[in-house]
Amino acid sequence: MRELWKLFKIFFKVGLFTFGGGYAMLPLLKAEVVDKRKYLSEEELLDLYSIGQCTPGIIAVNVATFIGYNQAKIKGAIAATLGMIVPSVVIITLIASVLKNFMDNRYVVYAFYGIRICVVALILNIIYDLAKKNLRSVYNVVIFLGAIGLLVGVNISAVLLVVLAGCVALGVGEIKRRLIK
Amino acid sequence: MTYILLVLEFFKIGLLAIGGGLVTVPFLFDLADKYDWFSKQELADMIAISESTPGPIGVNMATFAGFNAGGIGGGILATLSLVLPSVIIMIIIAKVMGKYSCNVRVKDVLNGIRPAVLAMILFAGLELGKIVIVGNTEILFLAVIIAMMRIWKKSPIYYLCLSGVLGILLKTL
Repeated sequence: MRELWKLFKIFFKVGLFTFGGGYAMLPLLKAEVVDKRKYLSEEELLDLYSIGQCTPGIIAVNVATFIGYNQAKIKGAIAATLGMIVPSVVIITLIASVLKNFMDNRYVVYAFYGIRICVVALILNIIYDLAKKNLRSVYNVVIFLGAIGLLVGVNISAVLLVVLAGCVALGVGEIKRRLIK
Repeated sequence: MTYILLVLEFFKIGLLAIGGGLVTVPFLFDLADKYDWFSKQELADMIAISESTPGPIGVNMATFAGFNAGGIGGGILATLSLVLPSVIIMIIIAKVMGKYSCNVRVKDVLNGIRPAVLAMILFAGLELGKIVIVGNTEILFLAVIIAMMRIWKKSPIYYLCLSGVLGILLKTL
């Protein structure tokens, strides 16, 4: 029960401080579940993002369910997912019912102005850290640059990009193993 | 009756929206056509609010749309129905992954996708940057926050709160 309550609290915190969707959540998740709790490694967290891109539903929920399940099976998955969605449900219900003009308040607008800049800073900061660790081989850099090219050039969809990168990696891996034999 | 429809519609969206929160938007526009729960104008406002309030955008929009259609109960039901497919699918994947994560081919694929996911996250950050970083003040703000992150390495929560306060100070002074 304590484990479940802990999972709920961790994801409640992540849900409460995520501004702007799944990608903006990565720095928070890394701080909470990788650095602090050591539930999984940075690489595994990125793998969850790949899986989340190709499976139905919201990435934030996918990640919460997965980590919760690994910690405490189905009960853990439910506790973590509820933690993730409760802040949204409470805040949005308040805004939709009693705080209808909340988003027009000038101080709220000003605070969000700062928070949005911070989200950009958080993303750039975590990308720098992750790139240092994950872009060490020429092979990885080529995939990274190729992906950037496809995103900027043809605005490729996330699902397609993940599937494409996966196929390339599978093919290259297969060729490498044959050559070694 | 509204409750049953909400559960069915949002379960369907949860099952079909592949690739994150904003993918739910076109499905919600369909709902605006099909039911009198909310208008397209209201939906546009909901998207704006969902993007700037805490929490995953898809979850925020489900709560919002559900609330407009059926009050507090509607909001809760719509949200739970939206996440249910994800929860079921991810539990299955978590089970399967445990078995296959040592397989060389699975490792190859995951190693290859990681740099692509990094590219996607960077791209998302830059897209947001284009909208948010519009002048010298914002560039300076960004630089200061990044410098603080590199020096102190505290939880993102500190920087988010600090930036909110800084935003208010900057705009009112």
